[in-house]
Amino acid sequence: MENRPLEYDYSVAKMFMFTTIILGIVGMLIGVILAFQLAFPGVNLILGESLAEYTNFSRLRPLHTDAVIFGFTLSGIFATWYYVGQRVLKVSMAESKFLMALGKIHFWLYLVVVAVVVVSLLAGVTSSKEYAEFEWPIDIAVVVVWVTFGMSIFGLIGIRREKSLYISIWYYIATFLGIAMLYLFNNMAIPTMLGTSAAGESGIGAWYHSVSMYAGTNDALVQWWYGHNAVAFGFTVPIVAMIYYFLPKESGQAIYSYKLSLLSFWGLMFVYLWAGGHHLLYSTVPDWMQTMGSIFSIILILPSWGSAINMLLTMKGEWQQVAASPLIKFMVLGSTFYMFSTLEGPIQAIKSVNAIAHFTDWIVGHVHDGVLGWVGFMIMAALYHMAPRVFKREIYSKSLMAAQFWIQTLGVVLYFTSMWIAGITQGMMWRAHDEFGNLAYSFIDTVTVLHPYYTIRGVGGLLYLVGFLMFAYNIYKTMSARPVEERELQNSSPMGA
Amino acid sequence: MFHWLEKHPFFFAVGVFVTIAFAGLIEILPNFAQQSRPVIGTAPYSTLELAGRHVYIKNSCNACHSQLVRPFKSETDRYGHYSLSGEYAYDRPFLWGSKRTGPDLMRVGNYRTTDWHENHMKDPASVVPGSIMPAYRWMFANSADIETAFAEQLTIAQFFSVPYNQPVPMRDGSSAVVKMGGSVSDAKALALEEAKAVAADMKDQDVKDAVARGEIPEIVALIAYLNSLK
Repeated sequence: MENRPLEYDYSVAKMFMFTTIILGIVGMLIGVILAFQLAFPGVNLILGESLAEYTNFSRLRPLHTDAVIFGFTLSGIFATWYYVGQRVLKVSMAESKFLMALGKIHFWLYLVVVAVVVVSLLAGVTSSKEYAEFEWPIDIAVVVVWVTFGMSIFGLIGIRREKSLYISIWYYIATFLGIAMLYLFNNMAIPTMLGTSAAGESGIGAWYHSVSMYAGTNDALVQWWYGHNAVAFGFTVPIVAMIYYFLPKESGQAIYSYKLSLLSFWGLMFVYLWAGGHHLLYSTVPDWMQTMGSIFSIILILPSWGSAINMLLTMKGEWQQVAASPLIKFMVLGSTFYMFSTLEGPIQAIKSVNAIAHFTDWIVGHVHDGVLGWVGFMIMAALYHMAPRVFKREIYSKSLMAAQFWIQTLGVVLYFTSMWIAGITQGMMWRAHDEFGNLAYSFIDTVTVLHPYYTIRGVGGLLYLVGFLMFAYNIYKTMSARPVEERELQNSSPMGA
Repeated sequence: MFHWLEKHPFFFAVGVFVTIAFAGLIEILPNFAQQSRPVIGTAPYSTLELAGRHVYIKNSCNACHSQLVRPFKSETDRYGHYSLSGEYAYDRPFLWGSKRTGPDLMRVGNYRTTDWHENHMKDPASVVPGSIMPAYRWMFANSADIETAFAEQLTIAQFFSVPYNQPVPMRDGSSAVVKMGGSVSDAKALALEEAKAVAADMKDQDVKDAVARGEIPEIVALIAYLNSLK
C-alpha cells in the first residue's frame, strides 16, 4: 500500500453544493412570500393581476415544500454523500470511471427533474398528495435519479478499502432503501390515457394525468405512511448520517458511544414506520391503527433522543468549542432542536392533544422547528465544514458565520413560538361553546385573530432567509476570493485556531 | 451479529429493508383486504363534477381546506355529520388535507349556494369580511378540461369497477344513475347540460355567454363539484 493520503475527488459533491444553496434560496424565498400572503392577502398579487394564477398562495405552497424537501435537503444529502462516502470508505471517486460518470449523470438528471417539477407545479399539474405531487412521467424520472443514487452508494461500497461500514453509511443506505420503498408504493397510479370509451376512443385528455391506485381511506393510509416517513428518511435519517460524520470531525472528538448508536439506528428503523398513523387520528382509519400510530410515536422518543444525546455527549469535556466555533454552534443547536422537535412530535401524537393541534398552525410550527433548526442548521454546518476542503480555501469570514447563527436562531425562535400560540389559540377557539352549547366563534373569528402571529412568523422566516443569504455569500467568497491552500486540510478545523 | 452485518453491506441492506417494511405489512395490508365500500347515498362523480375536482386539485384548495369532519361536537355543530369511511369510496385521490387555514368543505354543498361561491371566488373578502383567501378570478376565464375528466371516468370504470350507468342506492330508498358518455362528444354534451344548470344560477355575463356558446369555464365545473359535496 502506498503511504500518502488518498486524493478524494469532490467534483460531484461540488455540483450538489451549488444546487443545495440555489434551491435553498428559492425554497425559502417562496416560504417567506407564503408567510406574508397569510398575514397580508394583498401579497397574492405580488406580480400583478395578470400573473395572479401563478403567484397565489395555493399554487406556490407545493412549490415551497417540494423546493425545500426535494431541492435543498435532497441536494444537501447528495452533496454530503459524495463527500462523506469516499472518506469513510477510504476510496476515491477518481478510482472508478464508471462511478464518476454515474455521479455526473445523477447530478444532471436531477437538475432536469427539478426544472420540470418547477414548471409543472406552477402550471397546476399535481396529484394533490403532499410531497408526492408529481404526475407519473415525473415519478418515473425520479425513480431513475434515485436508482443512480443507489448505484453510486453500493458501487462505492463495492470498491471500498475500509471493510467495516461507518455509522453514517448505515444511515445513507437506510435513506436510499426507505425512500425507494415509500415513493414507489405511494405513487402507484393508472394513467388515464388507458381509458377506452364505448366508441373505441382512447388516449383522451391530458396524457400525463393519472388516477390513484387507492381510494379514500386506503389512499389516506398509504399517503401518510409515505408522508410521515418521507420526513423520517429525508429529514431525519440522512441528517443523522451527516452529524455522525461532521460533528466528530469538526470537534476532533470520538463518538461517545457505539452501542448507543447501534440502539438508535435499529430502533429508529423499526419504530419510525409505525408512527404514520398519527396523521390520521380521529379520521375514518381503523381505531387500532390510530392507537398504534400514537403509541409508536411516543416510543420514537427513545431512538431519536439516543442519537441526539450521543451527539451532545460527544462534546463532553469540550464544551468550550461551542463558545469558540460558530460551526460547532450550528451542530450542537441542531441536535438540540432535533431533541426538541422529537419530543414535540410525540406530544402532538397523543390523541387528546391531537384533537386540538390537528389542522392548526401548531403542526406547521412543529415542522419548521425541525427543518429550520435541525435540517437547515445541519446541512449548512456540513457545507461549511466541506467548503475549505473541497475548494482548498479557508472559510471567508468567521464573524459573518457567527452573525448568521444568531440571526437564524432568532428567526427559528420567532417562527415556532408564534405558530404555537396561533395553533393552540385556533384549536381552542374552534371547539369553544358558549353557555347555551352553541359554537362560540364563527370560523372567520378564528382566522382574523391570527394576524399578529402570522406577521411575526413572516418576520421569523425572513430572518432565516437573510441568514441563508449570508451563508451563500460566505461560501461564494470562500470559493472565489482567497488564495489556494498548499495542501488539503486533513484534521484541523479552520474554526479551531 | 451487528459487527458482522457492518462488514457485509448486502445483508445489512436486507436487514434494514425487512425492519422498515415490517410496519407497512402489518398496518396497511389488512385494511386493503377490506376494499372501500361506498355507504348508501354515495354516488360516483359526474363528468362535470370530476372536472371541477380537477380544478380543486390544480389550485391546491386542499392546502388550506380539509374534507374530514372529526367526531367531536364542535365539528359536527359546525360542519355536519362526522365523516364515514364509505363516503370516500370514489375519492381518488383522497382530499382530507392536513391544514384548516379555511373551514372544512366535506359537506359544503349542504349550506352554500352557487351564487355564494360565485361571489366568493371572485372576491372572498367581500363575502366574508376579514377573509385571507386569495381571489380566483382566472377560473372565470380558463376552460375546464372535460376530456381528461372523461378519460378518468373511463379508467376508474374499467380498472376499479366504479358503477357508471348503473343504479346506485340512495338514502331515501330510491336509486340514482350517474351517466357516463359513450364517446368524447357524448361526454361533452352531458357535461354541458349540467353546466347550463349551474350557469343559470350565476350572474357573471361572460360565464353565461361562454356556456351558451358550448364552453365550460373552470368556475362552473368547480361549483358543480362543491355543490356535490354533501
